[in-house]
Amino acid sequence: MSKIVNGVLTAVGKGRGGVNVAHNKNTAQLPVERMPVPAKVVLPMQQHIGAPCTPTVKVGDIVSAGQVIGDTDKFVAAPVHATISGKVTAVGDVKLANGMICKGVTIESDGQMREYEGIKPPVVTNKAELCAAVRASGLVGLGGAGFPTHVKLNFPEDKNVDTLIINAAECEPYITVDYRCCVENPRDILDGVYGIQKVLKFKQVIIAIEDNKPEAFKILKEIADKDNDMGDEVKLMTLKSKYPQGAEKMMVLSATGRKVPPGKLPADVGCVVMNIASVAFVGRYLRTGKPLISRSITVDGSAINNPKNLRVPIGTNIQDIIDYCGGFKSEPRKIIFGGPMMGVAICDTNAPICKQNNAVLAFEDRKDIIKKERDCIRCGRCVDVCPMSLMPTNIERFAKTKNIEALIHSGIMVCMECGSCSYSCPSGRPLVQYMRLAKQILREESAK
Amino acid sequence: MAKKLTVSASPHVRSSETTTGIMLDVVISLIPAAVMSVVYFGTRALALLSVTIGSSVLAEYISRKVMKRPNTISDLSAVVTGLILALNLPSTLPLWMAAIGSIIAIVVVKQMFGGIGQNFVNPAITARIILMVSFPAAMAKWTAPFEDGWAADAVTCATPMAQLATVNGGDVSAVSGLPSLTQMLIGYHGGSMGEVCSIALIAGGLYLILRRVISPVIPLTFIGTVAVCTLAAGHGNFEFMAYEILGGGLLLGAFFMATDYTTSPINFKGKIIFGIGCGLITSLIRIFGSLPEGVSFSIILMNIFVPHIEHLTTAKPFGQVKEKKEKKEAAKV
Repeated sequence: MSKIVNGVLTAVGKGRGGVNVAHNKNTAQLPVERMPVPAKVVLPMQQHIGAPCTPTVKVGDIVSAGQVIGDTDKFVAAPVHATISGKVTAVGDVKLANGMICKGVTIESDGQMREYEGIKPPVVTNKAELCAAVRASGLVGLGGAGFPTHVKLNFPEDKNVDTLIINAAECEPYITVDYRCCVENPRDILDGVYGIQKVLKFKQVIIAIEDNKPEAFKILKEIADKDNDMGDEVKLMTLKSKYPQGAEKMMVLSATGRKVPPGKLPADVGCVVMNIASVAFVGRYLRTGKPLISRSITVDGSAINNPKNLRVPIGTNIQDIIDYCGGFKSEPRKIIFGGPMMGVAICDTNAPICKQNNAVLAFEDRKDIIKKERDCIRCGRCVDVCPMSLMPTNIERFAKTKNIEALIHSGIMVCMECGSCSYSCPSGRPLVQYMRLAKQILREESAK
Repeated sequence: MAKKLTVSASPHVRSSETTTGIMLDVVISLIPAAVMSVVYFGTRALALLSVTIGSSVLAEYISRKVMKRPNTISDLSAVVTGLILALNLPSTLPLWMAAIGSIIAIVVVKQMFGGIGQNFVNPAITARIILMVSFPAAMAKWTAPFEDGWAADAVTCATPMAQLATVNGGDVSAVSGLPSLTQMLIGYHGGSMGEVCSIALIAGGLYLILRRVISPVIPLTFIGTVAVCTLAAGHGNFEFMAYEILGGGLLLGAFFMATDYTTSPINFKGKIIFGIGCGLITSLIRIFGSLPEGVSFSIILMNIFVPHIEHLTTAKPFGQVKEKKEKKEAAKV
């Protein structure tokens, strides 16, 4: 047990690059509130990275919460469950917040929120069963990327994976749901750690929190200290709060000192990284068998009347959520799905919340949202802050001139679009956009 | 919703730093040196400062207009160029020559290569060098502080650098009439308007470093290399080294001109090489060359090397193993 105390390691100076973004964790003290069941939900069949699901219900079917309504036999995918009980009123194309169109199922609520009778805790004794159970739960990374969790856990044996890193960094400004998860559900988190650890037997489990969340750290530590079953291999770790500390590769480096090579996964250096909310979900799921039908989101921003942390059924319309938070204080000029650094600006609030969305932020007209674009002065700030040691200003030039050879040499494919370069650019250049363009140029080139 | 929502690429927040803000910081950092130049060289210095800054801004405005490109005087970079140029000139220089210097800096060196961020050599230094070769006598007419610079018969004096160049092996005591080290610090000696007062320059440099406008790497390696070289040339004479550091344009060059974003490497390793290179060339010119002073030439020469330095010192992307190491590891297997 004392090893947990010893496990309080600091990662100061280990990382490189990054920016100090104003945290704006305004909603940190607001408990997660359960939003009333909406009148209808829209459940897209693609809420994860990988193959889309196929609807398994048809119009007119009566479904209950937790029932599978979409699945596929592809491995990299997660099934979609009904998140409320009611009647299927439409199966067809739906528009997602980012403008993408995919198949989706619309359910109109019967107001009863009946639970599917087939829900029972899974029996998990080995890795295959764990992965199957996690897949059946529909879990995808709740931190934002939406990578199916069972794929992560199903790492090949020959990779010598010895470390599970639980990511509670939450380095994006505004978002506080992971913090609330630590404060409100530490039991679920520990259950999740046990459940996974019992089967996969990692040599070490590292729970990593940024140092701007000392309360969450204290609560996790207390509960871990009390619990004597907790293996010595579980460590709590504070990381310096610096964006993008929570990015997967940065996390692996800060926690273990290992660097994930370009084009490789954390498993290639012996690590599995899971978001803390995902781990808490696994804990709850192993206990109750309830699949992923709701999630916590932060609703905040200068244009929102009553910022809140909410637990909403997946598929809830964004406008319903904003209305529940008192609507707009003033006319919003920008609405973001996710954090302000990596989130997607949306053009329409008539879209559903998906599994991987952790925030809805609405902003009034503000100067720092759009900065005047000037010529590059080669100040090198983008180079200093790039956590991937790239030279964004040069890559921008190569992308503009389509200099393929220089682009290949630049290592642009490791860019994770964290936004540090654009953020710090005094000339207001849209560097991330050029990074995306550069990647696209290389992808097209290699497709030739 | 009446107005439409803004849809743009992430990130949706930006730092408050702007190009104008950075240039303003540079101007602020040069104010002590500019004030001291007026204190020592009087209204003549003020006139030169006004002429170079004014003609720089005007040249920038007109050249952008002629080239039909967006106006950029609001980024204050022309003000910085004019200010640095003035600080590099002797206070007796005819005003029209100073104006020519500004026009060369802005039009020929900066705008003809595409404007801010595109010039491959430092505009102010290049202008200074062009003035030096065009008007060698006027550019070497130094007056002592508190002399009336307007008077045609103002008493000229040698700069400490020129005095030191006359002796071999750092024998400081052999030089007669050399200002004391305290005088060197406060600037009570002959030289370019802005280079004399070392304290003002150091204060300005520290301001820039603390405001994170410049990285301390180039000034430290530049000055450090000069210190080591002159210490060696002076057979370990620390007094000689101190004169070499405080005298001439070293501090002005190391803090304000070698750190120019556009013409110095943007990566850490490149900055080290650049700083050492500047220091070496400065020392070689000062110790072995026939010129008393080499800061301008060293910076302009290293400016030309910048693309090559950057090319050779580009950091490997995160997690990428160096080719040599890879080969070694492959050989092991």
